[in-house]
Amino acid sequence: MAKKLMKGCEAVAEAAIQAGCHYFFGYPITPQNDIPEYMARRLPQVGGCFLQAESEVAAINMVYGAAAAGARCMTSSSSPGISLKQEGMTYLAGAELPCVVVNMVRGGPGLGSIQPSQGDYFQATRGGGHGDYHPIVLAPASVQETVDLMQDAFDLADIYRTPVMILADGIIGQIMEPVEFHEKKETRELPAKDWAATGWSPASNRPRAIVNSLYIEVEELQELNDRLQARYQHIRENESRAELYNTEGAEIIVCAYGTVARICKAAIGLCAKQGVKVGLFRPITAWPFPEKQLAKAMAQDSVKKAIAVEISAGQMLEDVKLTVNGTKPVEFYGKPGSYTPTAEEIAEYIMKSREA
Amino acid sequence: MLWTNIFAGFGGQGVLLIGQLLAYAGMYEGKNVSWLPSYGPEMRGGTANCSVVVSDEPVASPVINKCDCVIAMNRPSLDKFEQNVLPGGKLFINSSIIDKKATRTDIDVYYVPCNEIADKLNNPKVANMAMLGAYLEATKAVQTKSVLDALLYKLGEKKAALIPLNEEAIEAGAASIRK
Repeated sequence: MAKKLMKGCEAVAEAAIQAGCHYFFGYPITPQNDIPEYMARRLPQVGGCFLQAESEVAAINMVYGAAAAGARCMTSSSSPGISLKQEGMTYLAGAELPCVVVNMVRGGPGLGSIQPSQGDYFQATRGGGHGDYHPIVLAPASVQETVDLMQDAFDLADIYRTPVMILADGIIGQIMEPVEFHEKKETRELPAKDWAATGWSPASNRPRAIVNSLYIEVEELQELNDRLQARYQHIRENESRAELYNTEGAEIIVCAYGTVARICKAAIGLCAKQGVKVGLFRPITAWPFPEKQLAKAMAQDSVKKAIAVEISAGQMLEDVKLTVNGTKPVEFYGKPGSYTPTAEEIAEYIMKSREA
Repeated sequence: MLWTNIFAGFGGQGVLLIGQLLAYAGMYEGKNVSWLPSYGPEMRGGTANCSVVVSDEPVASPVINKCDCVIAMNRPSLDKFEQNVLPGGKLFINSSIIDKKATRTDIDVYYVPCNEIADKLNNPKVANMAMLGAYLEATKAVQTKSVLDALLYKLGEKKAALIPLNEEAIEAGAASIRK
């Protein structure tokens, strides 16, 4: 298929539809409005349903309903809207329902700005709502990767019966890049949705499907939590993904995700011109954090330190520190809010950091 | 081959469009491209800009600070972005409405009378295409034909009759900077 120049938001929406998502519930917020706009136009053409809810809270609960009925469904928003969805997210996690939530992160806290940010990493990777749960969090760095990850997002959601979040930022949402929609090559085996509430009568040869996240009895709640934790452990061991760029024999490993990782690649090029080899560790799954991949890169004798670069006050930094676990220094470069660092600034920090 | 560009001007001058046309044209020629608009809240008559990268290699950072070319369609854009041009880079100034000269001496500066060219063609809307023509002449980043293909895609067949006018504007813009 020929390449098309598409906005990140539009590509996300098209990729979701191609992944079999025919139900979208959303509420407008910049910088992701192109997603509901595209869905509103396209979903009726494929026999799907687009619904603009009265609020973010309503939208995520509509997702709960559609997911409970076994449908592939999604919602999207940006930071303040995602905060509103957190109650629904934990209910979805507790009821073991699959869905995809896209967060085109903008500056915070509060209403913040509409410019790109990475301040929602904690919220995304630590669960965000109450209780012990994790959504799987995918952090694409380009429009093409976002498209490729959408299929995976829906598959992972179905396989593990969990919400999956696409953690992107305003730049990924608004940028236009060439994108190719590949015919899906291999399909992971998806479990039957025999738990879905699709209508029951005495003639149905199965028990009633009950979708619920309330367990009054301590033992019953324990069962749910044990099941979830075992699943999360399985996910940690099997689903973590990272890109390692130029890391072999590098002196410094820069750790960054999303758009910032691409800016770091440009910075790495600037450092190389000055004869300094810097590598990039880029988590593609923000949760599960790709610990093994980072630990292996950091274990090289050549590597002196890691530098986490983020548009935040240092959130992924904590995962980097937990992984490196004191064996080597871990530094941070970045600012909270919406200031996107330039390649020159990052390169300058790296070069200065060597002298320190 | 790597061209990093910032296109800037008033909202309505078509800077986002000519940036997009460059991105499409680059893609048609098999290059790697990115087009990133400024999407902040802008007031009417305020400035708009986009960053466009055209490259043989995969685009590392689509976020541009120092760049090869700045295309300034109005005075605020020149004031804001003149210092972003890399030494040896190119600065394109819409001399029809920018009365100021460039202060940099370490770059190539092109003065393009975009609005006058458009007026001569009896359509003020093609001032941006005149600027794009000058850009293409100076950089050869992509071929004019690819840009016209991109424009046809954007306009759609129904408005294909507008292509010759745009082609003329591109050519006139290019001619304006030929020595």
